[in-house]
Formats: sequence, C-alpha cells, structure tokens
Amino acid sequence: MEKLLLLGDEAIAQGAIDAGMSGIYGYPGTPSTEIIEYVQRSKTAQERNIHRKWSANEKTAAEAALGMSYAGKRSMCTMKHVGLNVAADCFMNSAITGANGGTIVTVADDPSMHSSQNEQDSRIYGKFAMIPIFEPSNQQECYDMTFHAFEISEKYQIPIMMRLTTRLSHSRSGVATKDMIAENELKLPEDKRQFVLLPAIARRRYKMLLDNQVKFETESENSPFNKFIGGSDKSKGIIACGIAYNYLMENYTDSTCPFPVLKVSQYPLPRKMVEKITSECKEILVLEEGAPMIEEMLKGYLGDCLNIRGRLDGTLPRDGELNPNLVLQAINGEKVEMNLIPEEVKGRPPQFCKGCGHIDAYNAIKEVMADYGDGHVLSDIGCYTLAALPPFQSINSCVDMGASITMAKGAADSGLFPVIATIGDSTFTHSGMTGLLDAVIEGTNIVVMILDNSTTGMTGGQDSHALDRLVSICEGLGVEKDHITRVNPIKQNHEALVELIRKEIAYNGVSVIIPTRECMQTLKRKLKKK
Amino acid sequence: MKKDIILCGVGGQGILSIATVIGYAAVDSGLYLKQAEVHGMSQRGGDVQSHFRISDKEIFSDLIPFGGADMILSVEPMESLRYLPYLSKNGWVITNDKPFNNIVNYPETEDVYKQIKKLDNHILINADDIAKEIGSPRSMNMVMIGAASSFLGIEFDKLIEGIKFIFGRKGEEMVNLNVKALEAGKAFAEKFNK
Ligand SMILES: Cc1ncc(C[n+]2csc(CCOP(=O)(O)OP(=O)(O)O)c2C)c(N)n1
Repeated sequence: MEKLLLLGDEAIAQGAIDAGMSGIYGYPGTPSTEIIEYVQRSKTAQERNIHRKWSANEKTAAEAALGMSYAGKRSMCTMKHVGLNVAADCFMNSAITGANGGTIVTVADDPSMHSSQNEQDSRIYGKFAMIPIFEPSNQQECYDMTFHAFEISEKYQIPIMMRLTTRLSHSRSGVATKDMIAENELKLPEDKRQFVLLPAIARRRYKMLLDNQVKFETESENSPFNKFIGGSDKSKGIIACGIAYNYLMENYTDSTCPFPVLKVSQYPLPRKMVEKITSECKEILVLEEGAPMIEEMLKGYLGDCLNIRGRLDGTLPRDGELNPNLVLQAINGEKVEMNLIPEEVKGRPPQFCKGCGHIDAYNAIKEVMADYGDGHVLSDIGCYTLAALPPFQSINSCVDMGASITMAKGAADSGLFPVIATIGDSTFTHSGMTGLLDAVIEGTNIVVMILDNSTTGMTGGQDSHALDRLVSICEGLGVEKDHITRVNPIKQNHEALVELIRKEIAYNGVSVIIPTRECMQTLKRKLKKK
Repeated sequence: MKKDIILCGVGGQGILSIATVIGYAAVDSGLYLKQAEVHGMSQRGGDVQSHFRISDKEIFSDLIPFGGADMILSVEPMESLRYLPYLSKNGWVITNDKPFNNIVNYPETEDVYKQIKKLDNHILINADDIAKEIGSPRSMNMVMIGAASSFLGIEFDKLIEGIKFIFGRKGEEMVNLNVKALEAGKAFAEKFNK
C-alpha cells in the first residue's frame, strides 16, 4: 500500500487511473481543473495511453465520455458546476441511455463563489437525472469512491455523478492507494439499441431507470460511505453530507459527539437510515454544502411539522460555504470569540498580469468607447473579465461562456449602437462560434473582439482549441474576409488598433478583430523550460 | 501535537513553497497533514491564503476554525492582519515586513506595523533583506520558515530534509543557500524574542 499526498481532485484522478479508466474528458474550470491535469502528468496514463486531452467544452466532453462507455470502456468527464449546465443535455439523456462501460461525471461545485458566477449545487442535477451521486468527505474517500462508483455504474449500467466542492478539490492529504486493475476490453452494448433514444425505446429505458431507483436506494443503505453513528442525546439528530461531516467532527476531536449522526456520502438518500434518525430524534439538523436539498426533501412543502433545522430556517446561512464554526453555532448557539480585522487591511482584488495583451486591447476599447459612453461592451468569462474592475471598468456583462457575442447580437437587434463583444480565444471555441454564426446569418451590426492570448488563461494556461485556427474558423462561419483582422496588441500599435475599431464600428455588419499576443504566464513558463 | 497555520501573502509570492517544505517535513515526521490550497481567480496579484494543518491525530476539517490558528505565517505585512479572525488567543503572527504594494489604497506601512506590534505574540522580520544578504533574494520564503521553525513542533533537521527534497533537483548550491536562509530566519526569531 502506497501513501500519496493528494488534492481531492488528484485523488479522484489517481483513483480513476487505478480503477482502469481508459479515458478522461473535460473542459477546465476551477475547482475541477486539477483532475485532468493530474492524469496528463501521470506516467501510468502515458503508458496505458489513457485519453487525457482537453475538450472544446463540457458538452463535447460528456458526449465523448459517454461514447467511450458505449464502447465498453471506463470513462470520466470533469467540469465545474456551471459546466454541467453546458453538458446538461447529454447528462440528462445519458441517465436514460444508461452506460455500458462504467462512466462517472465528476463535477466540482464552488459554494461561496471563490471563482464562479454562481454557487449552484450539482446534487440537484444528479437527483433530477435520478442517478446515484457520490459526495466524498475527504481525499481518501475521493480515491476509494472512484473505484466503487465505476462498479456501481457497471452493475446497473448507469452513469454516476461524483460531486466535489472547492475545499475538498483543493485540499491535500494522505491517500492510501490500491492495486491497479486492468482496463476493460472493447465491448459493444448487448442491446444495440440501448443508446437510441427514439420515443419507444426511451420510454422503456425510462421505466428501467424508475425501477432502478429502489435498487439505488438499497446501494445507499449498504454503502461503505454512509454511516449511522449512535448517540445518547436524542434531543437532536444530525445529518451531515459530504465535507460537512468533517466540519461537524472537527468540533469533537477531543470528545465524542453526543447526538446521533447520519453521515451521507452516497445518494439517493438511504431511506431506512433517514427514517431511523428522524424517528429517534426530536429535532434534525441538516448540514449540507451548497443548497438545502435534503432539508427541502425532508421538510416537504408544509415545512415545520417535522422540526428540521438547517439553511432554510436560519439555523445556518442560506448561502455560502460551511465551516466548523458555523456548524458548532448551529448545534449549540455558541459564537466563537475572534479578533477583528483592523481597518488598515484593504481589499486586494485580482488584476491583469504585468504586460498582459488584454491591457492593450482594453486601452484601445476604452479610448474608442469614450465617444459613446458606458454600456456598449458585452463581455464574457476569462482573465479579460477583469476589465470590469478599476482602472478599466470597460465591460458591461459576464454571464456564461459565449454570451458576449449572442448578447451583443440581442442588444444590436434592439437598436443599441455601437455594440462590441469581447471574448477570449478559448471561450470562443467553447461556445462563441455558434453565436457568431447566428450574427453572420443575419448580418448583425456588431464588432466581435476575440482577445487571443493563445491559451486558456484564467484557469492556469491549458491548451486552447483556438490556437492558430481563429481566422479560418471565422471565415468558415461566413464572416467577410475583409472584416476579419488580426493585430498585435502592443503599445506601438495602440493608434492602429483604435483606428481599426472605429473603422469596424462604421461597417454595418459582423466584424471580427483578433488582438493576438501570447499570455505572459505561459510565455514565462515556456522560457523557463528552455 | 497539533499545529494549525494560516499561510498567506499575495498571489505570485510563492506561499505554496512554504507549504511544500513544512508539509514534507511533517509527513516525514509521521504526522497527519491537511492543506487547503488556493487556485484560480485569486492568483492574479490578489490575496492568497492556505489553511495548513498538521497533527499526530486524524484531522477532519480542511479549514481551520476561526479562533483556532496557532500561527499566521505571512510573507506580506498587511496580509498577516487580514486573517486575524483565525488566530487563537495564544497564537503567533510571524510576518515578513516588506509591503507588496499593488493597490492604490495601500495603508501607511507604519500603521500596518503598529497593528502588528499590538499583538502579544508576533515576529516582524525583514526576510527580504536577510535573503538578499545571504545572496539568495528568492529564498525569502525559507527565511520565513526559519523564523517560524521553533513554533512548528517539527524538528529543525526535518525542515532541512524538506528543503533538500524540493531544491535537490536544482543542485547542491541551491540547497545550501536555502538552508542558510532557513538558519538565518531561525537566528533572527531567537534574537527577536529576547
Ligand atoms: C461553462 C464554464 N466552463 C468553464 C468555466 C471556467 N472558465 C472561466 S474563464 C475560463 C477560461 C477562459 O479562457 P479564454 O477565453 O482563453 O480567456 P483568458 O482567460 O485566456 O483571457 C474558464 C475555463 C466557466 N466559467 N464556465
């Protein structure tokens, strides 16, 4: 038995490799990125030639992983929580097709929005799709559960959701590993129509999914990861999910928790265990990271007849991540004494790196847009979103990947003029291309600026699908050649870029400007390697 | 034995190298470890912190509770104050004195020092200068570990092993410089407390 020091993300990756995974697919997104990065560094993955390249977006990743499962091999796709919105079409339907080779959808949620647009709870998607969900509480469980999840996936021919949250994804601890097992052989599904979701087949498959619910519940009852821990003080029972279990136990390191505790790390909820704790205890406190999903399930619509405490009744905050102090306070009302932060301490928001090409692009945009006032630049998600902060304060939207171009289109359709969309190269190939096609077809009057730093910068510099392809993609989508321009965003070219933006604003139709200069961080790394 | 440490600074200052050295030493000493790192957004010149926990018993939470940290180890003075809510009653603040000024409203340095000096248990160290004197300006982080070394509950030799583990690839010269930085930090802290 070997013991490795691994992030939660890395423990999932190592677990998947050791459990015979043949391919991993995904699109970067904090806090999920390190899963694939670990596989990309792994010697074993190299030797076994495990698929480990990034995908264009989460939907293509989920579909490729499902395709590998179709062919009988074990696969995984990874994403951050908002990535699941992109992959949702495949995700929901894959619950109906089911799996052939074991397949896991690993989603890392970001409660408190450390680096995200929202804090949606992926467990709700898992419940929506009616598939088993695993929610590890520590790094060892990340590793062990990956093995178990592949087994359950194959046993019931069902995709599995693995749900992580930031603190586990990005926290390191010792993990004991197991012997590596062989990959599956190529093997097509026995029923060659399993994956054909024509209504007649889909109806049959859906019934199977419904029938399987009881079995999934039984798996949860017998799961090594769900635990009922007795306690003598039945005035309160505590249901602790995933990492919330650690926050609970943190308060009893030198004593034992007097209350009965149900640790939940595998869903659907283990019904018998829930019935045991709710019937034994006067009051139930639900600790869950993210949304009050279980709390709502227990409470139902009518609410307080059951004495359920949690995020809905104010015992815990409705939003944001949990911590040991919040949990203790929910148990006994005790507030910890703590020092205050002196007023000398000022905020230190993230900023553009020195020398970043985005700075030059926005300098030009700012100068041009001074003539029109604030409100004409729709943007997207990436390092270039930092232009929302001082000193630029130049952009007016950041919603979801690709929305800059399409929102610009809608605004232009409404009569706003001029409208500029700023979008990163990786975001463009993730979800910007289809929106550009919409604009081309209607000849919408917008200027699209693809800020090309030749990498996926925000998430740490992963390869970008857009590399050296942007011009040909835009041409292929039908943008007029004369209105596709690459420029090098450097100080000397400032005037030229300003002129170019003015000229393209004057053109009534779709223009694409591509300021292209490599990201300072990836450049530094390359120079270091040399 | 249990030590809960908030490591902090500004993105790009390399607080993770501190975590790696102490982490190696801790695991080498047979201790449990949990270390919540920062990734993503905050790395772009923003504030960064890492929750670093070592213990001879199983550790549950990845986060240190408020009021529970035995030490705040900071490579930047204003940042050391940001995490005071985590500090326990008898906890130590050990911080580099060199401001990293990348914001327009950075406070007067003297005001920051005043706040640090108000704390009963603190070490304010000119780690950048010390590293420069040794001839290895980039070893500031190792000076900081040295300054913290007597509060870590880990043998000093194990920290040296940690440095060898990390810098070994870069040659003996690098290892020696960093060990020197470690020792200089320790010497400073010993004097500071007299
Ligand atoms: C659906 C979705 N997937 C992933 C992310 C995470 N994410 C935010 S920005 C970004 C990278 C953007 O790269 P690029 O467009 O090239 O811009 P850069 O950061 O390099 O400027 C990623 C992967 C997200 N917010 N939403």
